[in-house]
Amino acid sequence: MSILVIAEHNNSSIKAATLNTVTAAAKIGGEIHLLVAGSGCAVVADSATKIAGVSRVLLADAAHYADQSPENIAALVVAHAPAYSHVLAAATTIGKNLMPRIAALLDVAQISEIVAVESPDTFVRPIYAGNVLATVQSSDPVKAITVRTTAFEAAGDGGSATLETLAASADQGQSKLISSELTQSARPELSAAKTIVSGGRGMGSGENYHKLLEPLADKLGAALGASRAAVDAGFVPNDFQVGQTGKIVAPQLYIAIGISGAIQHLAGMKDSRYIVAINKDAESPIFQVADYGLVGDLFELVPALTAALD
Amino acid sequence: MKILVPVKRVVDYNVKVRVKADGTGVDIANVKMSMNPFDEIAIEEAVRLKEAGIATEVVAVSAGLANCQETLRTAMALGADRSILIETDAELQPLAVAKLLKAVCVKEQPQVVLCGKQAIDDDANQTGQMLAALMNWPQATFASKVMVAGGKATVTREIDGGLETIEIGLPAVVTTDLRLNEPRYATLPNIMKAKKKPLETLTPAALGVDVAPRLKALKMAEPPKRAGGVLVKDVAELIAKLKNEAKVI
Ligand SMILES: Cc1cc2nc3c(=O)[nH]c(=O)nc-3n(C[C@H](O)[C@H](O)[C@H](O)COP(=O)(O)OP(=O)(O)OC[C@H]3O[C@@H](n4cnc5c(N)ncnc54)[C@H](O)[C@@H]3O)c2cc1C
Ligand SMILES: Nc1ncnc2c1ncn2[C@@H]1O[C@H](COP(=O)(O)O)[C@@H](O)[C@H]1O
Repeated sequence: MSILVIAEHNNSSIKAATLNTVTAAAKIGGEIHLLVAGSGCAVVADSATKIAGVSRVLLADAAHYADQSPENIAALVVAHAPAYSHVLAAATTIGKNLMPRIAALLDVAQISEIVAVESPDTFVRPIYAGNVLATVQSSDPVKAITVRTTAFEAAGDGGSATLETLAASADQGQSKLISSELTQSARPELSAAKTIVSGGRGMGSGENYHKLLEPLADKLGAALGASRAAVDAGFVPNDFQVGQTGKIVAPQLYIAIGISGAIQHLAGMKDSRYIVAINKDAESPIFQVADYGLVGDLFELVPALTAALD
Repeated sequence: MKILVPVKRVVDYNVKVRVKADGTGVDIANVKMSMNPFDEIAIEEAVRLKEAGIATEVVAVSAGLANCQETLRTAMALGADRSILIETDAELQPLAVAKLLKAVCVKEQPQVVLCGKQAIDDDANQTGQMLAALMNWPQATFASKVMVAGGKATVTREIDGGLETIEIGLPAVVTTDLRLNEPRYATLPNIMKAKKKPLETLTPAALGVDVAPRLKALKMAEPPKRAGGVLVKDVAELIAKLKNEAKVI
């Protein structure tokens, strides 16, 4: 039994989500091979050989893999997948875009966003916005899986995998990247942050959001997050959204400010170690999941909290 | 240009579902059902493309129990021209739905299939990508902006780091994200009109598709409840708790 993990990277460095995915693969058991498909990405493959638990790194380097288009990467993976018992990717927007395409081409089901491995064919995954945990068994010859990264530790380093080169598959020519607008931030990445300060509609405006939450996040070394309502209202960009349809996070500390705690928001953050809620409405559902709730006006409480942290 | 919109009937997003006492499934008897919210957005986008003179016909399709008809009537009240029900009481998993949709695509030859990015019951986020694979079409998932012109679609996608814009040839599958548009409400006259729009019923057998599930659910359980509910009286107490009890700052 061997497992193929599809690495996520930007052609210069590997994304942290890949390390959590390797740990999920290790729980399944068997040899772990890591596919690095990209363009000019030999440095990524090199560094990947040091990930603990990986025995082989497979490098496929071609111009048409630069943008990670699912059409091209799926064509490559499908050519190699039948040799594996499992193919895994992180349940990030890249993995979610790619893995179903691979699964369908292999004529197998996909098991989305697993949070636990029960045995090599049985996995636990949340459904209904995390209100239900389903244990599912697959009888397919290749198990196509995406992994909820917050449910697995990151693999360490100290590995010494061999490095092999794979021939590129033909360019499908179906998709072209025109532009990308990536949010630039010096803060920790939301899905891997230890502390998150998150704001909702209660912030009232983008200006308030930044004026109040940035100084607090600065003091805590925190990432910034938001509810859907805050994103829809244009306070912050889409990649700040935490929830069922945004990012899933599980920091040590999540501070929800002016967020009511809708099921869809809770789905994204209720596995945080500690939850703090600041909200003026004592009846808000967010208080039912908060370890420490502070009822009151955020416009007074947040500056007071920031000032008191030193 | 024809647009096909797959719509799923799901438990309404406001309902907090309960697991059956014996852990065999989710209790959805007597709960409110609605169209999957992402599919409402897909219908809205298709209808706007028609109103803009780009699309000529919008066809809604749903697979499942006979009562998916209600969902299809809603789709038609929102502006779909006609609809197709693939009626079955079998449990449908995304791969099976994708195969059914493929059979419909072969028959209907749409230029664009506009799916939701995910169904809020199974949270699978698979069907659109699977359909694209089976048709060997390009895909653009998590769309927050769609432009169709000259046999191409230019789609802005919501990705983890922000946004990206891609160009794909048609036919193609596009899946909708929340910020693509704000769906309209069905007006009473349109609800009345929808009752007269054509609704064709097919079956998996008639389409020659094997829908047998590949995944077996062994158990359903509710996740452990958080204790929660503890209030602190002020900022000083909060900081003390975070420092001394939680030890997270
Ligand atoms: C299909 C679907 C998917 C969704 N996915 C997501 C998702 O991924 N993530 C997500 O977050 N939502 C999601 N939602 C939306 C979700 O249902 C809620 O609408 C949303 O989370 C509400 O955001 P909010 O808590 O910021 O706003 P509200 O519910 O309006 O809450 C604002 C809160 O701020 C408090 N407040 C106001 N002023 C102050 C003040 N001065 N001081 C203190 N407190 C104050 C209020 O008491 C209130 O509790 C989804 C919805 C659907 C239908
Ligand atoms: N039974 C179904 N009937 C029609 N469309 C469906 C069905 N199941 C899934 N879909 C479509 O596929 C999308 C993604 O669903 P899923 O892959 O289950 O998360 C939905 O938003 C619908 O557009």
